[in-house]
This record gives sequence, structure tokens and C-alpha cells, in this order.
Amino acid sequence: MAAPDTTGLRRPRRLSGSLGLLAKIALLAVVDAIAVFAIMLLAAQGSWIVVAVVALVTVVVNAVYLVPGRFLPAKYLTPGLVLLGIFQVFVVLFSCYIAFTNYGFGHNSTKDDAISQLIQQSTSRVEDSPAYRVTVVENLSGLGLLVTDPDGDVSVGSAEQPLQRLDEGQVETEAGVAVAADGWTTLTTGQIVQRQSDIASLQVPFSDDLDDGFLVTADARNAYVFVSNLSYDEATDTLTDTDTGVVYVDGGEGAFVSPDGEELRPGWQVLVGFENFAYPFQSQAFGQALIGVTIWTFAFAAISVGLSFLLGLALAVTLNDPRLRGRNVYRVLAILPYAFPSFLSALVWLGLLNTEFGFVNQVLLGGAAVPWLSDPIIAKISVILVNVWLGFPYMFLVCTGALQSIPEEVTEAATVDGARGWAIFRLIKLPLLLVSIAPLLISSFAFNFNNFNIIYMLTRGGPRIGGIDENVGHTDLLITLVYKVAFAGQGADYGLASALAIIIFVIVAVISAISFRQTKALEDLN
Amino acid sequence: MSTTPPIPTDAPAQQRASDAERIARLRQPRMRPGRWIAEIGWRHVVGLAVVVFATFPLVYVLSASLNPTGTLTGSNVLFREISVENYVELLSDTRRPYARWFVNTMVVGVVTSLATVFLGALAAYAFSRMRFTGRRVGLLSLLLVQMFPQLLAVVAIYLLMQGLGDVFPILGLDSLAGLILVYLGGALGVNTYLMYGFFNTVPASIDEAAKIDGAGHARIFFTIILRLVAPILAVIGLLSFIGTTSEFVISSALLTSPDNLTLAIGLFRYVSEETSTNYPVFAAGAVLAAIPVVALFLYLQRYIVAGLTAGSVK
Repeated sequence: MAAPDTTGLRRPRRLSGSLGLLAKIALLAVVDAIAVFAIMLLAAQGSWIVVAVVALVTVVVNAVYLVPGRFLPAKYLTPGLVLLGIFQVFVVLFSCYIAFTNYGFGHNSTKDDAISQLIQQSTSRVEDSPAYRVTVVENLSGLGLLVTDPDGDVSVGSAEQPLQRLDEGQVETEAGVAVAADGWTTLTTGQIVQRQSDIASLQVPFSDDLDDGFLVTADARNAYVFVSNLSYDEATDTLTDTDTGVVYVDGGEGAFVSPDGEELRPGWQVLVGFENFAYPFQSQAFGQALIGVTIWTFAFAAISVGLSFLLGLALAVTLNDPRLRGRNVYRVLAILPYAFPSFLSALVWLGLLNTEFGFVNQVLLGGAAVPWLSDPIIAKISVILVNVWLGFPYMFLVCTGALQSIPEEVTEAATVDGARGWAIFRLIKLPLLLVSIAPLLISSFAFNFNNFNIIYMLTRGGPRIGGIDENVGHTDLLITLVYKVAFAGQGADYGLASALAIIIFVIVAVISAISFRQTKALEDLN
Repeated sequence: MSTTPPIPTDAPAQQRASDAERIARLRQPRMRPGRWIAEIGWRHVVGLAVVVFATFPLVYVLSASLNPTGTLTGSNVLFREISVENYVELLSDTRRPYARWFVNTMVVGVVTSLATVFLGALAAYAFSRMRFTGRRVGLLSLLLVQMFPQLLAVVAIYLLMQGLGDVFPILGLDSLAGLILVYLGGALGVNTYLMYGFFNTVPASIDEAAKIDGAGHARIFFTIILRLVAPILAVIGLLSFIGTTSEFVISSALLTSPDNLTLAIGLFRYVSEETSTNYPVFAAGAVLAAIPVVALFLYLQRYIVAGLTAGSVK
């Protein structure tokens, strides 16, 4: 990506000194070791695309730092760019991909995983099955069972790895029961007690064909045969319930469905096209709520910025008089809310605005019971109030700076021309001030547009709007809605959340484009 | 990663103003009271009102943290009693390990801000001192990337870290190292442009002189440039520290176990569990958490302001 520089500088020397060289080689060695380790693990998992990407990046990084005298700018850019590429650019593209899938609760994994989970979760014990003596063992991949079958043969297996026969040499037996095996650690009684529920849910398949059944132990000593009443037929790609005879087919939407339309959970992840984007149009209640949330997001950002700016400007103008004593005291005290960590401010206000016991109701309003955070309209006013409290010191600082940088001669010239105080401010100072402040107002708007902390910590987006399945609240911003849809609800829906995030992307992009134009226009004014 | 907007105030202007202030005060004859109220007095009234508005929540939280009654109602009379009971309770609660959260927050904040500064400085050096194909496009793309805060992609980040955890459990979900890595993804986007502007103010002739003396590019960067741009490094570091320690969305999606939380998540859960009964203890936690940040901010205020002004001058 980078050509050797030819213009500004002559070809520079390589890293000076042997210390630098050593450090460079040591760091590269660490990076390479990690990369090789990752490639091995990823290859074992069969994620070949990721393997290719990791290998490519590793080769590029090595080339950048080892080829002498070339790629100089890349030496300085690579570390940041790699991180930027993964955690800022890739995740945005990944969001776009997720928005077109049904990824979420019940649709987490691949189809194969879903099939084996479905089969395993509907197992039941085979009556009269013989008891297998077992010992609970463990290796890096997790818990396993060391099984001595009624004939005395010993085998070992785990949830992912079906039972494998072991030779006598690999096993240690005690009273006819295998108690330890090579490559596995036997759990102590204490560990067994501690991990009881993990052990009870462990199902070790007899073979790769899951229809052969599983061994399950309840007491970590005896295991019994369990078989599933679901059977997967690869040829027809169907799951059959052997008890009822119902045949479940792949419905094409990431789940097996019966002829009656009953869906088996879990399903798996598939591309669903524009379904997530169409959802607000299908579910009218959600669509309406989403429009409300979007309007409120704009209103919240605009009103917050507007009020903070007005208050900050008014204060800046008021205190901007050299004859005023104690200006610096006022200044320091007034910017305290800006210095206070913002997540704490929101939580402090949460206590102040508590309906029953809060300071505002109890002391300032003498025992009133104003539902500051639980009434749809008052909650909106409250969050804006708190946000103004947080935001005005910044505006105050910025406006003070801008006012003081306006040359005194401008005011004098206006006075000579006959302008009075208010006119000077409105016609001369304010336009000059806006030129330098406008870009900050726009970036402040963009910041408040996604001001997650204040909303989520004060109200969690609530009070909830009634009549919708999703948890959408009256003070929700788009970004808090994304978070709630993805993480806070019972049914995490990553697909829908990402689709909502893309809506924000688009809005932010439009705002940025406008702001670029706007700043240009204002600069031309000057 | 900074979530705090910068403060571009004009420091020299402030200096000029405070000189003017002194001169003006010396020149002014004593005013009549009527005129004083009309011209100066009302400014004190407005100033006082704003100061009360700005500080009463902070005074309240300080008072609540010192109040031993242990409920929200009891905190309503300011500074009725003073004791450190809440602080003791806060630090001795094993179910909610405040001290751990504090350490976690500091570790995440310090490591992230140091690494952010370093990565940003490396990139800014390349953009400012070298000419290569893709330089202009690179700078413009960074400006563009900066428009999209990382938190918008929180879902994708969560799923990515879930996948990463399968390969490197130490970097996956519920890992501070993983969280730092995510934050560092935002290092270039937010800060490089600001640093780039500042790097450009350091004359290139200094580099040239060093090069004639036989210094390589790495030596020039580490021993000369980094020292000359120290103010902007401090500013970026501080803003990044403040932004990281206040960050909630990504960290709350990634971190789960009580021992791994940061202050922002831990205290949020503390309050949201039982607001009215836990509040004074939370207040103690808030005071302890805020003191370092507020102190640092006020102490470095001038420095921040000066650095930002210089850096943003085009």
C-alpha cells in the first residue's frame, strides 16, 4: 500500500542501533507465534477463510518490517491500521451482514450444530438398558466419560467426540472399573460435586450417527443409554419424531418446521434478505414506535444542543466582563459538571429525581410526587434537563474562548458607527461567534444523537410504550433501542438490532455530509 | 474512543483577557451602587444561580456519601451527620468488589490511553513527515471513519469477540484484554487527525538537521519528535482516558462476571438493583471514582486547552 518515499525525504536509514533491531525482532517473533497458534486452532475448527486472512496479514506485517529500506510509512501505520481494520471497519461491514440474517436467540449457530442440539435435547432413557460403570474425566476440550461397559471393555468420549475403544495399556483399572486414562484427568469427588449440573447434562454419543444413542450419568458412577426421539435423515434433510411420526422439514428460514407449522428450537443462522428491514412495516405497532423513537432522537439531540448552547452562551456573555470580580471562581465551579465523569452524573441524577425519596421532590418541591422518570412526557423533559446540565459547561468554555478571540477593534468600529450593546452582539459578535462554533454544534449534535449513557442510565429508555412485543420506551434513542433489541430483551435479535444500527449509520452519514458543506459555507461567509 | 467532545478554547486570548481585566480594574473609578447593579451586580446574580445549578447535584452526592443513615430519604438533609460508614461498607462488600472495579477501570483506562497515544503518534508521524501514495486518501478516510463511533457496531463487536474467544479465550468475552483491544481499534480514527495537525507545526528542518547528523527515522521519531509534541500527546491521552473510563455500551456487552466489571457497569448495576437503599453507598463509590478524574481535569485544564488550540489550528 505504500511506495518508498521519493519526494520529501531521502531514503532513511533502517532502525538505528542494535537495541532497536532486537526489540523489533522480538516483537515480530511474538506476533508470528500468536499468528501461527491462531492459524493452527482455526484450521482445526475448519474456518479456512479466517485462516487465509490471518496468514495474509501476518505475511504482510513481516514483509513490512523485514524488507530493508522499503515500506517505510507502512512501518508506522501498520499497527494502528490492523486494529482499525478489525475493530472499526470490519465490524461495520459485519453489522451490515448480520442485518441480513436471522442471527439471534434461537438462531445462533450452524445447521449441523442445530441438528445435533435438537437430537440431544429430546433424548430419553431407554428402559431396561444396562448400567455402564463410568468415571468422569476431563481434558482440554471439556468433560468426558471413561466407560466400562457390562462386558468389561473400556472406552472414552465426550460431548463432541463419540466413544472410542481404549486398549488395556492406556487405562488404569480398579476393581474392574476403569478409573483413569492417558490424556485425561480424573475428576476428584470435590470437583464432581462442584460441577454436578455440567456432568448431569453431559451426553456422550456412542458413534458419529447420533441415532445410536448417548450415555448419560446422573450420579457420576452409573450411566444409562438414552436415545433421542428425533432422527435426522441426511438424504431427505428431515427430522422425524419417532414417537409421533411427525416429519419436520427445513422450512428455509433457519428452522425445522412440521406440516402444522410448529418450529423446532434451536434453529440456525440463515440469510433472510430484507426481512429485518421490512419488519417495521409488517409489525405496525413496532413501525410506529420506531418512527416515534427516530423523531425523539432528533428532538433530543437538537433540543439538548440548543439549550446547552443558549445557556452556555448567556453565561459566557455574562461573565465576559473584565470588571467582574471572582470570574475564575465562577468559571471553575460552572465547568465542574463537565469534569465529572458522565456516567456518574446520570446515576447521581437518578437518585435526585427519584419519585418517592429523591431530593428534588422531597426538598426542592416540598414533598411533591412528580414522576420525573416514569411519566412519558415528564421523563423526556427530565432527560433533556440532565443533558443540559451536562452539556452547558462545554458550550460555556467554547463560547468564552470564541468571544475572547473576537478582536476589540470590531466592537469599537461598530460603536463608532453608532451601534449599541444589543445590536453589536446580535449583528457583529454572534455571527462571528457562530462561524467558529457551528462545526462544534454539529459535532455535539452528532454526539448527542448517540448519547447512550444518559438515556440508558436514567430511564433505560422507559417508560415502556404499551402494545408492542418489543421493549420500546418513550425516551429510547435509536442507539439504546439497538442495545435493548440485541442484549437486554428475552429474545436477543442481533439481525434486527444490526438493521436498526444501519439506519443510524445512514443518518449519521447524512449529518456528516451536511456538516462538511455547512462548515464550508460558513467559512466562505467570513 | 473519546466520548467527550474537545474544548477548543483560545488560551492566549484568555491570557490577554486576564491582563485586560487587571488593567481595567485599575483604571475604573469606583461606581455608584445603582450603576454597579446595572452593569456588574446582575452578573454576580446570574453567575451564582448557574453555579448553584451546576454544583448542587455534586454537593448532594458528597453529602449523601457521608451520611450514615443508609437510605435515599436520609440523604435529603445535606451534611446532617458525617461518617465514613458508607465508604467502609463500599470497600468491604465482597459481592460487589468495588476495589476490583476501580483497578480494572484504571488498568483499562491507562493501557488504552497509552497505547492510543502511541499508535496515533506513529500514524501521525507517517502522515506528517512522509510522502507516499494513498496518503491523502488515507487521511480523508480517517476523517470519515471518525464519524462512525464504534458503539454503533456493538452487536458485531460482541459476536466478533465471541468468535475470538473460541480461539484465544484470554481475549474473548468477559476479558479486559479483549476490551482494551476493541478500544484500540478506535485509536486511529479519533485522534490521528488532531495529532497530524500538531505534528505539522513542528518544523521539518529539525528532522533534516537530525538526519544530517546521522539519525535514522526511528531515532528521529522516538527521541526528537515525540518530545516536541508532548502537549498533544498529553491531551489525547487524557481525553482517551476520560472517554474510556466512561464508556458503557461496549464494555457492558462484553464484560459479565462481577470481578471483571469496570466502574461504569458496576456502579450502574449497583444503583439499578435497589436505588433507594443502596444510594448512599453508591454515592461513596461515585465520589471516590470522580475525585481522580475531576482533579486531573482541573489540574490539566490549561494544558488541555493550550494543546487543543494548537492542534486544531489549520
